[in-house]
Amino acid sequence: MNSGDTAWVLASSALVLLMTVGLACFYGGLVRTKNSLNTMMMSVVALGAVGVLWVVVGYSIAFAPGTPWLGGLGWAGFRGVGLAPDPDYAATIPQLAHAAFQGMFAIITPALISGAIVERMRFRAYIAFILLWSVVVYAPLAHWVWGTGGWLATRGTLDFAGGTVVHISAGVSALVAAVLLGPRRDYRRMPLAPHNVPLVLLGAGLLWFGWFGFNAGSALAANGVATLAFVNTNTAAAAALLTWAFFDLARSKKVTAVGAATGAVVGLVGITPAAGYVSPLSSIAIGFACAAISYTAIQIRSRTRLDDSLDVFSCHGLAGIAGALLTGVFASRALNPGGADGVLAGHPGQLATQALAVLASIALAAVGTVVTLTIVQLTLGARAGVHEEVDGLDRSEHGEEAYIAEALEQGVIVSAAP
Amino acid sequence: MKLITCIVRPERVPEVKAALFRAGVTGISLCRVSGHGGEHETVEHYRGTTVVMEFREKVRIEMAVSEPFVEPTIKAILSSARTGEVGDGKIFVQPLDRVIRIRTGERDNDALTAINADEVQRAALAAGREGGAA
Repeated sequence: MNSGDTAWVLASSALVLLMTVGLACFYGGLVRTKNSLNTMMMSVVALGAVGVLWVVVGYSIAFAPGTPWLGGLGWAGFRGVGLAPDPDYAATIPQLAHAAFQGMFAIITPALISGAIVERMRFRAYIAFILLWSVVVYAPLAHWVWGTGGWLATRGTLDFAGGTVVHISAGVSALVAAVLLGPRRDYRRMPLAPHNVPLVLLGAGLLWFGWFGFNAGSALAANGVATLAFVNTNTAAAAALLTWAFFDLARSKKVTAVGAATGAVVGLVGITPAAGYVSPLSSIAIGFACAAISYTAIQIRSRTRLDDSLDVFSCHGLAGIAGALLTGVFASRALNPGGADGVLAGHPGQLATQALAVLASIALAAVGTVVTLTIVQLTLGARAGVHEEVDGLDRSEHGEEAYIAEALEQGVIVSAAP
Repeated sequence: MKLITCIVRPERVPEVKAALFRAGVTGISLCRVSGHGGEHETVEHYRGTTVVMEFREKVRIEMAVSEPFVEPTIKAILSSARTGEVGDGKIFVQPLDRVIRIRTGERDNDALTAINADEVQRAALAAGREGGAA
């Protein structure tokens, strides 16, 4: 046991928790006023729903000893998950710290999906969906890639902090969910512009800050690999922000704030699987590549009928895929002996290993989302009614408004209930 | 009596107000409006979403004046609201049938002059002279 390692992992867990609130701000600012609370709550409610689910069964399915496909139920309810380390995962911290840290990842992943289905989903159906999805998609995929004996783990897949488990799974699920739920009524008929760009920047800042815990914390120790991941995280985000700004300049002669925020997040997504395996120079290349891919994808997507409203697939799915594959190009055992060599270090087979993990993640996320969201659609009804969608989900789903003071000042509200 | 309505640029409102006060027109009301005139549309980009802003923010000022004040009012607005670029706005002058001051029940021209009009005009002229001197 090492007190420095334990302190870093606990602090990192708190940083990752903050990311979910940052995501709420990022997504909340990008939607219209009448749906801003609902959109933020889609992230916030994951803190509650998945926070409990993770203790009850999530951690066990993902990390308990089991088959290559699924963890066992031996650690359900955190039974036997205690203060002693589990050397399979981290030899120097209490296993409970590992469980808590991983729980924060399980919370933010379904929240990422919500960006694709904002402004039109019934809230209770959404809660049911993320609970089912966490059991059917997230926990099994985490077991495949990170669990002891997981079939992708034993093949040598490199995923430092969740390029496959978090970002490809969320991005692909977002794409499927957007298709199943259908576009918003106003999509491509009205301008759907962000209602609060400063909130978007605040959210992106919190995400960037929290991502140091996400990536550098994934070393599960306060050591050199954590430092490498920390530096790469910042560098890739910076490179992607800069790339996005140049693309903005080329397209409309202006650098946009929403673009800078998006670029930074895309760079953070791209470096996630590679963070502890590549050099800072490689992270610049990864940030550039992911920004170029996501930027292009967003421009194409917005000309289609596909209402992936906040471009979760472009930002998380495609940048996640690019990052996972580029990990197999740039990884080097000279930097991290615990990792593997990539194509540039003379081991082209790693790229094939990464590609297999990407395909497996896409398949599980797509099939799992079709199954779980269809169950929700058939039982609870996933799509909000026309009246609710027009009126805004803040009022219909929550009985609240984000900017109630404005309505009061304008005299829209005339009397208090007794 | 005339009802004078003018549409002006929001950034010119302080100058227009000062000019009207100097002209002795101290009873005005204004509101923010969105308008379409000869100006080009502005385009905003939010990632893949392009928003064309067809309407520009303007301020509409309304004032009721007696006949001797009509031309001074128009001159005050012209001198203060004009930048020379497209989008400076318009002045509309309409006949006014009746004016009643609610507090006293006074009618027409008696109801038009604000009770502190001279005081406001003197202060505006003094401020104008100071501004000019500085």
